[in-house]
Amino acid sequence: MEQFLQQIINGISLGSIYALIALGYTMVYGIIKLINFAHGDIYMVGAYVGYFCMTFLKLGFLPSLLIAMVFCTLLGVTVEKIAYKPLRDSTRIAVLITAIGASLFIEYGTMFFVKAGVRSYPDMTGLLVKQFRFGDIVLTMQQIIIVITTVLLMILLQFIVKKTKIGKAMRAVSMDKDAARLMGINVDSTISFTFAIGSALAGAAGVLVGIYYNSINPLMGIMPGLKAFVAAVFGGIGIIPGAMIGGYIIGTIEVLVSGYGNSMYRDAVVFAILILILIVRPAGLLGKNTREKV
Amino acid sequence: MLEIKDLHVYYGAIHAIKGISLAVNDGEIVTLIGANGAGKTTTLRTASGLEKPASGTILLDGKDITNTSAQERVRMGISHVPEGRRIFPNLTVLENLELGAYLRKDKDGIARDLKMVYERFPILSDRKKQAAGTLSGGEQQMLAIGRALMSRPKILFLDEPSMGLAPLLVQEIFDIIKDINREGTTILLVEQNASKALQIANHAYVMETGNIVLSGTGAELMQSDEVKKAYLGG
Ligand SMILES: Nc1ncnc2c1ncn2[C@@H]1O[C@H](COP(=O)(O)OP(=O)(O)OP(=O)(O)O)[C@@H](O)[C@H]1O
Ligand SMILES: [Mg+2]
Repeated sequence: MEQFLQQIINGISLGSIYALIALGYTMVYGIIKLINFAHGDIYMVGAYVGYFCMTFLKLGFLPSLLIAMVFCTLLGVTVEKIAYKPLRDSTRIAVLITAIGASLFIEYGTMFFVKAGVRSYPDMTGLLVKQFRFGDIVLTMQQIIIVITTVLLMILLQFIVKKTKIGKAMRAVSMDKDAARLMGINVDSTISFTFAIGSALAGAAGVLVGIYYNSINPLMGIMPGLKAFVAAVFGGIGIIPGAMIGGYIIGTIEVLVSGYGNSMYRDAVVFAILILILIVRPAGLLGKNTREKV
Repeated sequence: MLEIKDLHVYYGAIHAIKGISLAVNDGEIVTLIGANGAGKTTTLRTASGLEKPASGTILLDGKDITNTSAQERVRMGISHVPEGRRIFPNLTVLENLELGAYLRKDKDGIARDLKMVYERFPILSDRKKQAAGTLSGGEQQMLAIGRALMSRPKILFLDEPSMGLAPLLVQEIFDIIKDINREGTTILLVEQNASKALQIANHAYVMETGNIVLSGTGAELMQSDEVKKAYLGG
């Protein structure tokens, strides 16, 4: 039982990271029906920015987190402007291939600047290394920070999407671009804004994973990117709460499989879930099962 | 108010609008009738900035707006109730109406106009918290019109507002259009229901395969043999 609780705690921590990445996937898909394969790489860049802030600028966790989020926002918006916007009226497959190209470009571009090797986040000190023990269960300060940061960001996101003018514009554009134009909404800048938010969340996830797992490398975005994508599909792609739930479920399953089964299988299980959900409930947990129109 | 001169619009190789010219004067109701595929919707979409013309000019109050964005045209006073209503189904009725005032900053004015829309369409007030997609067809049409009024337009485009509605509701929609016009909004109306449209129109144009083939006052066209034969059922 205690081991199970421990796994759940670990699963929620990992799930937070997947959920943050999955949100960007799902929002971008919701608004332009693009699976943004470069999204996992934005997360990787976030991890590096956090690393440089902490290691060389000796900044604390919070300023590093904010700088990484800002940097990733700019990167995400730039990728959208340069790579996707010119293809707005092209076929989806053309945009998808471009996204794969953008992903490789960021991965190997980053490698050019930071070398291919693994780097380690500085050792955490002070409050950040605190641990709480409940019998055999250990709850680390990092885990608490991860969950709190994630929950705060999700609340902020919900607020933006539900309550603000730009949030309403985002929802309008995702439903009907022409009708949104007729309201006077600038569709292009609304799409940019969606990339900005998604990228900021991915940047935050990158820093969180840095303080949690410590080691980072230029290709670290690929696997979590794919798993977050599975999480987004699991929850119902295009649906924001779906991405959150999907992230936590995928993270928890992965940890349980490593803990009780064999960690060799954890990736396979995640992708088996993808196949299963596509067969059983293609619209995802929260999606309505309608046939795709496009 | 609105003037279109020698407008040509293509969809790829399809020449949908073949050099039409028309004018809508301040305070008028002008209607555009014609068979399916004649190019009525395309004309409105081009005038509100959703389609780019290959050539021709569009003037609003004498100003050339041909190359402005749809957003800019909303700001300048054009509001467009599109074909098929195109309300935002997952947003609430209130959110739909708020989006109609997207470019406005005058909170008090918006609140006043919201009240006016609710007075005009009480059912929208009853349903304001409800997802717009759950409204009936007639209610959705009222929402689409209400939403378009929230930008406080000088000129309102209506694309087949009576489509798919029961006869009683059709009459109600036409009465509402007349009211809106009487209160000072110029109207460009596209309709399948030619007889009703001609009855309320100051001026009318008949379109056929991308051309304007006839025009005149509503009363004149109602008497025209061609119009009678083609659109008024003999
Ligand atoms: N998006 C599009 N792509 C290609 N062709 C189009 C498109 N929209 C309209 N057309 C074509 O342009 C022509 C004019 O269409 P339009 O929708 O303007 O006609 P309409 O007069 O509004 O017809 P209806 O009464 O059926 O609404 C038609 O031949 C139509 O097939
Ligand atoms: Mg039409």
